[in-house]
Amino acid sequence: MKIFAIEASGPVCGAAVMDGDVLVADYNILYKKTHSQSLVPMMDEVSKMVELDLKTVDAVALTKGPGSFTGVRIGTATAKGLGLALGKPLIPVPTVDAIAYNLYGTGSGRVICPIMDARRSQVYTGIYCFEEDTERFAVLHEQCVVEIEKIASELNSLGKQVIFLGDGVPVYRDRIAELMRVPYTFAPSHLSRQRAGTVAALAMQYWRERGDQCFVDADAFRPEYLRLSQAERERAAGIDTSQTIHRE
Amino acid sequence: MDQKKDITILGIESSCDETAAAVVVNGRKVLSNEISSQIDIHTLYGGVVPEIASRKHTERINQVIRAAMETAGKSFDDLDAIAVTCGPGLVGALLIGVSAAKGLAFGTGKTLIGVHHIEGHISANFIAAPELTPPFICLVVSGGHTHLVLVRDYGEYVILGRTRDDAAGEAFDKVARAIGLGYPGGPKIDKAAKEGNPHAIEFPRGKVAGSEYDFTFSGIKSSVLNYLNRMDMKGEKINVNDVAASFQQAVVDVLVGHAMAAVENINNGNFDGIPDGPMRKPIDKTADSGAVGKMASAGGTASDRRDGNVNANGESTADLLRRTLAGKKITKFALAGGVASNSALRAQMKEACEKRGLSFYCPPPILCTDNAAMIGCAAYYEFLKGRRSGYDLNAMPNLRLGESVYEQ
Repeated sequence: MKIFAIEASGPVCGAAVMDGDVLVADYNILYKKTHSQSLVPMMDEVSKMVELDLKTVDAVALTKGPGSFTGVRIGTATAKGLGLALGKPLIPVPTVDAIAYNLYGTGSGRVICPIMDARRSQVYTGIYCFEEDTERFAVLHEQCVVEIEKIASELNSLGKQVIFLGDGVPVYRDRIAELMRVPYTFAPSHLSRQRAGTVAALAMQYWRERGDQCFVDADAFRPEYLRLSQAERERAAGIDTSQTIHRE
Repeated sequence: MDQKKDITILGIESSCDETAAAVVVNGRKVLSNEISSQIDIHTLYGGVVPEIASRKHTERINQVIRAAMETAGKSFDDLDAIAVTCGPGLVGALLIGVSAAKGLAFGTGKTLIGVHHIEGHISANFIAAPELTPPFICLVVSGGHTHLVLVRDYGEYVILGRTRDDAAGEAFDKVARAIGLGYPGGPKIDKAAKEGNPHAIEFPRGKVAGSEYDFTFSGIKSSVLNYLNRMDMKGEKINVNDVAASFQQAVVDVLVGHAMAAVENINNGNFDGIPDGPMRKPIDKTADSGAVGKMASAGGTASDRRDGNVNANGESTADLLRRTLAGKKITKFALAGGVASNSALRAQMKEACEKRGLSFYCPPPILCTDNAAMIGCAAYYEFLKGRRSGYDLNAMPNLRLGESVYEQ
């Protein structure tokens, strides 16, 4: 099983190749938001460096969102184009799960809580752990968009030590200090953001657990934004959008 | 026998609210032309919502490409290049086509060509009229663009005039909303105008001070809004059809007037009204500042103009045109863009052209609306010139006509 993974959902742009148990290439940059210019050149570079024959790729993995709407779509459209070219399916991975999967071996005593800045006083987040005996990656709370207070209160009620990570950490560090009633730490920088290699590894894990069930047809795949567009929200709230919508 | 190989190009377009893909052979033979419109969704909001447009493009892009390939009976192996609109347009929307095209080009190893949306619109005429060759003058009018362009050669343009404010199609949308016709304004005003008197209300024909060929439509739009206000204050009912017809006539008069003035002046050897443009610098940041631009143009930002007010080789735009025409006259005129589907504009421009002995060209509506066949056509001529894009091709929402999108 060979997986080509791409990551563009947030501040990191990355490409990785995983062949069976081996992460053959893992190339990430966290530098400006120029994913549209960087992503495919990075994919090309990775392929060349490991002499990858694209025809041998079995699936294209990607983070399916949430994240920057534009970033999620750059990754999605690129993955769709690649999947279409190769005639291969996608393995979409929830973005928050992919960040959490950077860590390992928490046991049941600690939980992992990625937080991504979702603006509008909210975070994209979820709660995860690696189970005590099996070390199976467990999703305790599926990815969602909530206020930091809400996720902090849920973590407090779990009563376990928390490891925070994600691009929301620098934004909410002080607020976390105010809110948390249980011990917590922050993941070190090399583990604290999206990584293409982790996306590949988690996708491989899905394939081991579910086989072809983890595949999504490249044509049919839709990202998970976890949020409506502003116009849809306004329309749902009964606001007349015809005065606010302009051609740009 | 020396049989020249056919060049087969897949075109992709997603600059606004149409997801489109097409397969075009040798620039002029359209094997497929798939368009998935989002108009129904945006109508709910009274205009194109960029975020929704981007989301819908993402959902539809593969199906549209697949349908274009299947209808054409081609596989990716048969392609010589993958072309995609890279600007101008809505940035989020453009990014879907550009990203998908790059993923596809990377996966297939095929050549990638970024195409200017307006060059695409102009090129639609090459599909509709196989006998059409440059030079000719083209008026590109759509919801986002209004350009009067002299097409010197394939992919080589001189902008004679452009709108200083609203695009013509934008004015149609705004006026349609104001008189209660709703979105999209173009076809609705066209229809209502057929039942109205085009001279019921004489709205002013806007002129740009100091520029013979530039357009302004905000004045016409404002005077319609003022008229509606006045009538409302007086408690008088408006005749929607008359307002639509009178507004449309004002816009058409300006478009036809500017276009024909340009043809007549140029054919009389008068190049005065044509502004010198900035020296075109390639977008590629690594290229040196002395790089030769692809075209001369009016407009641009203040900093552009500081780059030099002459075209490549120190030649003024007027001299460039003299050299291009070499004493010959402009004998062909073409319309392009979504507003080229407006029946009054088509009819009156045709009449004006015929009166002056000009051959008149206008693509059928399916090639006037945003489509990908025109992108495949424009890309063909870029392909022949050896122009290629790299995997770092970006969406360029404000890309100017003729600005180089290629690695130099």
